[in-house]
Amino acid sequence: MKPIRAYGMLALAVSVSALLAQEGGNAENGKRLFAEEGCYQCHGYAGQGGGAGPRIAPRPANSGIQYIRRPTGVMPPYTTKVLSDSALADIRAYLGTIQPPRPVKDIPLLNQ
Amino acid sequence: MAKPQKTRVNRRNFLKGASAGTAAVVAGAVGAEAQQPVLEAPRRGATPLMTKEAEGVTPTDVRVLENQRPGSDFMVDVIKSLGFEYVCANPGSSFRSLHESLLNYGGNKNPEFITCCHEESSVAMAHGYYKIEGKPLLVLAHGTVGLQHASMAIYNAWCDRVPIFIILGNTLDLTLRRPGPEWEHSVQDAAAMVRDFVKWDDSPVSLQHFAESAVRAYKTAMTVPREPVVLVADLGLQEAGIKDEKSLHIPKTILPTYPAGDAGSVAEAAKSLVSADFPVIIADRLARTPNGVKLLIELAELLQSPVIDPGIRMNFPSRHPLNQTERRNAVLADADVVLGLELGDFWGTVNSYQDVLVRHSKSITKPTAKMISITAGDLFIHANYQDFQRLPEVDLAIAADAEATLPSLIEACRKLIDSDRKRAFEIRGKKLADARLAALAKAREEATYAWDASPVSTARMAAEIWNVIKNEDWSLLSDTEHFSRWPFRLWDFTKHHQFIGGQGGAGIGYGAPAAAGAALANKKYGRLSVTIQDDGDLMYAPGILWTTAHHKIPLLSVMHNNRAYHQELMHVQRVANEHQRGVANITAGLTINDPPIDYASVAKGMGVFSRGPITNPGDLGPALRAAVDVVKRGEPALIDVVTQPR
Repeated sequence: MKPIRAYGMLALAVSVSALLAQEGGNAENGKRLFAEEGCYQCHGYAGQGGGAGPRIAPRPANSGIQYIRRPTGVMPPYTTKVLSDSALADIRAYLGTIQPPRPVKDIPLLNQ
Repeated sequence: MAKPQKTRVNRRNFLKGASAGTAAVVAGAVGAEAQQPVLEAPRRGATPLMTKEAEGVTPTDVRVLENQRPGSDFMVDVIKSLGFEYVCANPGSSFRSLHESLLNYGGNKNPEFITCCHEESSVAMAHGYYKIEGKPLLVLAHGTVGLQHASMAIYNAWCDRVPIFIILGNTLDLTLRRPGPEWEHSVQDAAAMVRDFVKWDDSPVSLQHFAESAVRAYKTAMTVPREPVVLVADLGLQEAGIKDEKSLHIPKTILPTYPAGDAGSVAEAAKSLVSADFPVIIADRLARTPNGVKLLIELAELLQSPVIDPGIRMNFPSRHPLNQTERRNAVLADADVVLGLELGDFWGTVNSYQDVLVRHSKSITKPTAKMISITAGDLFIHANYQDFQRLPEVDLAIAADAEATLPSLIEACRKLIDSDRKRAFEIRGKKLADARLAALAKAREEATYAWDASPVSTARMAAEIWNVIKNEDWSLLSDTEHFSRWPFRLWDFTKHHQFIGGQGGAGIGYGAPAAAGAALANKKYGRLSVTIQDDGDLMYAPGILWTTAHHKIPLLSVMHNNRAYHQELMHVQRVANEHQRGVANITAGLTINDPPIDYASVAKGMGVFSRGPITNPGDLGPALRAAVDVVKRGEPALIDVVTQPR
């Protein structure tokens, strides 16, 4: 089994490298894909997270790629068969457009 | 007019006479010139007309009760003795006599009739009512078609340890059955279909039998662990006149006391808790009454021990410094003693389970952690349905009611706490209080994300609702699991009636009617009842909206309208990705968006004040305030909010 696992890790590394090379994906397409590929189901349409999945936006651009391909938690795996590197780059570009929210102190409803 | 005979009604003759009379009427309609009525079977679909000939026919049978009252009147006496406040039912001919007796003999008071549009709603209303009022409602249903509709809701109540008192109409004697539907509505053993998930049932063959079994059923349902019970009211018994009133007796209803843990076991548990470095308390279906909340606070504060309250009942104040529910896995990982109080799934609480292609689990707690269970669940179990969960390997199992055991456990702990332990507890408590404040700050910070998004974020909706109810005597009547538990993360729950938990058996269709039943119980206390209503749940039996309007049940329903069976959508997404086929084509059968349902219009059509659909979060606050005004006037209101999935 070890060689297979090693091959899998190598493939993953290549895939991640390819993905990183595609940074600067199409955010508009990424927004569409974020809904179409079901990302919103657990993370919300704005990536805000909730009871079914953690917040994924806004956040550092390079985190989470390996996890998407080979999650160790409850997330279903998105292999390259179901989500291409370019599609993932577009989704990440969309998440990158999401701006930080107002601070708690500026939202009276969250101070009671 | 011939003088009616003064004898008891013979249902067989009654039916024969009825059919003869109908035939005469039909004969007259067909041949108006005929001198003598001809007894023929009515033609299907023929419209009967009253004729002089038909009016002139003297009945040869008995049509009324003169010096006797029907058996169903005595059944009402029995029902009244049990103290039911309401009876929920969709009407059924198999209990028509009991229905009439409840109205005319019983005066439609204690119990008062609540018209339900589906038997599942009847039972779920009783389910919600119990969790506020602490006693059962009566439900009536056909023994066949009504019970089949009701069965899912009965199963939810069974899993949730909730007593429901169900009376089924049935016609056991075949000679008393009208041809046609009355045969289809009759059954040899009416309760058989639900026997796996009720605690007790009986089919009385006499009125005295009915009285004794009704009292036994009530006592059984209210003995912990509490569960639904079924009693069959035979139609012949209901409708026949009572032969011998003097022989009938209604037994008094004395409820059994609660089983408390034995002194030795309680002392052992106390010793473990007091000597532990980090004992963790998990309260599940603990608080039967407001006193359960007080007792848990007392125990937790005495030990300065973290409490996890998973949201099955309202057990512990949400903002209490020792409430560590938001950090449940972190505190369980540090635990050296875990105390489960009426914990339905002990194993699932102290283990994590991965729902992946090859499923696996691992312990959250340390291998040396001592497990103590106090639950009445150990006193009763059925075989077929698997709601009992995986077998927990506990070190001390106290088979007793946890709320009844807490006073002696608190006293036993108090006796063992010396000044050294007290100092250690204070240090522990201070750390936990800091962690609780940090968790609240984190929740508020998380709520800011997607604050202005459309669809409306669940955090925004929770905060907007809290803003309009926080100064009222409020009561949340819905589960929060589909809502990312935002109410527990943001609101200040302190009282027992402020939360009632969820379905029990995860059977959808419970939410709306259970909220209506709980709001019915809250009505006399003047509480503001609010429910966060899942869209898919409401669509099972939306007629409950009409019930709330008709009976003026003050309930604020705020739709969590994410336009999908979202839990199932995520399940299918999971396996689609595991199968490496993607999720592009998986929405069929899982979404409720084509066309999108306009719940405000649905509610309006049922006579319920409504606003929406709301997609702009800025519109939510004003709509909620308008709805609260309506509810405070004693009527239901619904706000349709198009929401983020979770």
